[in-house]
Amino acid sequence: MDGNANGYRWIGTRTIRPDGVDKVTGRAAFGADFSLPGMLVGKILRSPHAHARILRINTDKAETVPGVKAVVTSADFPEIPPAEATKGSSPPNYRHLSQNLMAREKVLYDGHAVAAVAATSAAIATEALALIEVDYEILPHVTGVLEAMADEAPVLHEDLFTGGVDPKPEKSSNIAKRVEFAIGDTDAGFDAADVIVERDYDTEGIHQGYIEPHAVVASMGADRQANIWCSSQGHFMVRQYCAGLLNMSIGDIKVTPAEIGGGFGGKTTVYLEPVALLLSKKSGLPIKMVMTREEVFRGTGPTSGSYMTIKVGAKRDGTITAAEADLRFFAGAFPGAPVHLGCMCGFTPYDIENVKAIGYDVVTNRPKAISYRAPGAPIAAFGIESAIDELAKKLGIEPLALREMNAAKEGTRTAYGPTLGVVGFEETLEAAKMHPQMSEPLGPNQGRGIASGYWFNVGGESSASVSINEDGTITVTSGAPDIGGSRASLCIMAAEIFGVDIDQVRAVIGDTTATAFNRHTGGSRVTFALGAVVIEAAEDCVRQLRERAAKTWDIDIDAVEWENGEARPAGENAGKFEPLTLMDIAEKTPMTGGPIGVKKSSNVQGPGPAFGTHICDVEVDRETGHVKILRYTAIQDAGRAIHPGYVEGQMQGGVAQGIGWALNEEYIYGEDGRLQNPGFLDYRIPVASDLPMIDTVIVEIPNPTHPFGVRGVGEIPIIPPMAAVANAIEDAVGLRLTSLPMSPPKVLSALDDGH
Amino acid sequence: MTDVVLSREIARKFTGGETRIVVEAGTMRAIVRQLDEKFPGLKSILGEGMAVAIDGTIFQDFFLEEVGPDAEVCFLPAIEGG
Repeated sequence: MDGNANGYRWIGTRTIRPDGVDKVTGRAAFGADFSLPGMLVGKILRSPHAHARILRINTDKAETVPGVKAVVTSADFPEIPPAEATKGSSPPNYRHLSQNLMAREKVLYDGHAVAAVAATSAAIATEALALIEVDYEILPHVTGVLEAMADEAPVLHEDLFTGGVDPKPEKSSNIAKRVEFAIGDTDAGFDAADVIVERDYDTEGIHQGYIEPHAVVASMGADRQANIWCSSQGHFMVRQYCAGLLNMSIGDIKVTPAEIGGGFGGKTTVYLEPVALLLSKKSGLPIKMVMTREEVFRGTGPTSGSYMTIKVGAKRDGTITAAEADLRFFAGAFPGAPVHLGCMCGFTPYDIENVKAIGYDVVTNRPKAISYRAPGAPIAAFGIESAIDELAKKLGIEPLALREMNAAKEGTRTAYGPTLGVVGFEETLEAAKMHPQMSEPLGPNQGRGIASGYWFNVGGESSASVSINEDGTITVTSGAPDIGGSRASLCIMAAEIFGVDIDQVRAVIGDTTATAFNRHTGGSRVTFALGAVVIEAAEDCVRQLRERAAKTWDIDIDAVEWENGEARPAGENAGKFEPLTLMDIAEKTPMTGGPIGVKKSSNVQGPGPAFGTHICDVEVDRETGHVKILRYTAIQDAGRAIHPGYVEGQMQGGVAQGIGWALNEEYIYGEDGRLQNPGFLDYRIPVASDLPMIDTVIVEIPNPTHPFGVRGVGEIPIIPPMAAVANAIEDAVGLRLTSLPMSPPKVLSALDDGH
Repeated sequence: MTDVVLSREIARKFTGGETRIVVEAGTMRAIVRQLDEKFPGLKSILGEGMAVAIDGTIFQDFFLEEVGPDAEVCFLPAIEGG
């Protein structure tokens, strides 16, 4: 392969996946694949109640079962006082994290962990769990966001007072926080509008739906030196959180990452790892814990559900004059709904003078919500992009044209403050307009919907090393798990800098002792941020290679240039020397100064924000309410697609998850507050037969802060689908659906009611 | 002169509602120090869980960042992704 149209040799090519063979042959080692001699099985006892006070836990009978080696409850975990809840660098709220890990005075949701057992077999551990006696005082519960905000709602945390309001409330509340982002004067903006649409929308809580359940092997020695092998989105995160939760030194914990079978934000925290460490400490043996699918649904983070009010106004010519959003997101049992991110992203695709977005972070008796791709943004976009579509229809303007007329561009001020730099939203709209799907005829009960989305993207602490091996091959070692193809993209970027064949470069994910700290994989940060660090390290290696050639030729380093993987004299004045390949120089390193390897660490800033625009065609079955996705196209500004195949995979994956969110996925709670559908038979994610082949169009408006122009790509694709589907349904049958999921019963009911 | 943009929430609490403050400083550390001198207590808010956008580019950990003479600095909540 000698290059491609973008002027690079490897950037933008579809190289073979470095992890592909292992994954398709089953050789890849995921979290549950690791074992140690003498290993015990750990299992967790979970609350059957949505909200209850724990009066007593008696583990005596369980501890006497032959084969049971350890039992732990919250009493075994250090209690973290409020003043120390956020100690350390970039901390989570350790107090809440600890309470979520193992319930203390109260259980706060169906599935909340209350005790754990380690035994010589799974059967014995299960038997022992059944013998743990827990006396509960059942309390009233609340799982709905509006119900939780009501004055008379049962309060989950007596010490929780609404933040962001002045004066500070004297009465505790389930509303953890109020946030507000605003520019201009929305009252004046709506006064200037000729057409206003205002509507309420609601979304259910849904799970990230990763196929691999949480799994860990942990071993703590008598000297408190701990080893953890697990699947997560950040093994440095696991190390940091375990240390914070168990009052351990970070240096006493080593975490080795496994391959990860999906995370999507759901593996950016810990559930099992600290429990397994404590069981290991107590038993003196390694512990393996693997969640069942039911445990994943009942005990790990879904994303928030919501109740939203969206109002948008425009002049007859299509100029949007004002926009408001009231977003109420539930956070589950502990504060932390991504409502501020929904407020910040929602209206950013549009250049609107007057915007106000108010958000409420609300606790409910559900598992604690955790990130899901572009946390908060897809929820807000469902309401806002539906409202934009309705506004366009009322104005008699094509929805795509209305978006073009009001599109954000470089220099647009966002509602959350900053002015946008170089962005590619208009280009995604132009690509949508030109796409063949837009002119494909539609039949009866068929409709087409458009929706757009925005995400900031993220940088952060990143560390990597690049080593020249003795034979001239190159090893790139980084410290952030590869979820979406980062090994491939790091290899490509390194090969580009070195000017060598891609097969000469291998990328591995090192454990927590192999590199300095890495922020976890998330926020679409790794190819951007770790890529920048690897590029810097590779460039330093190239400088050293030139230096070694200069020493070999006894000329100045400035007289040596590096081209296509070779050191060459830079012009005739440098002298006449045969080029030295990377292999030539690598073989001679013992004589020229020793091994060549560079470690780099940086807190990489300046991620390029990105936009996407989606086109969805549906057909609605008026007899069953079933919505069939006929055709779907996702268009996205990737800055620069390092490996277009992986970018397309991210786009298709995000769309598939978004369609599931739109049409089927939901947590269903009974009146008793128990989750009714904790399994893939009853919690329906899309399968291949539900989806057409999802078309993708990559737009490339390079991010000026990255050497190759990279923008994150993993978050954007899940933002527009719910609104795109809703807008397509409206186009098909003239009904505006405002409640997710738009499952057959809801669609049928709307068709029957005619609204 | 650097134009500092604060959210209305922060402005209501610390600056009497003024969301745009002009300061003269070359680094983010100096900007935060000046703001805190002018509006006591503001540093505690800006130093925890906040990011900045300097001329539209977001910096999550910003205290050491240099700021150009006519820059716009906007404080916003720190961003985590999935």
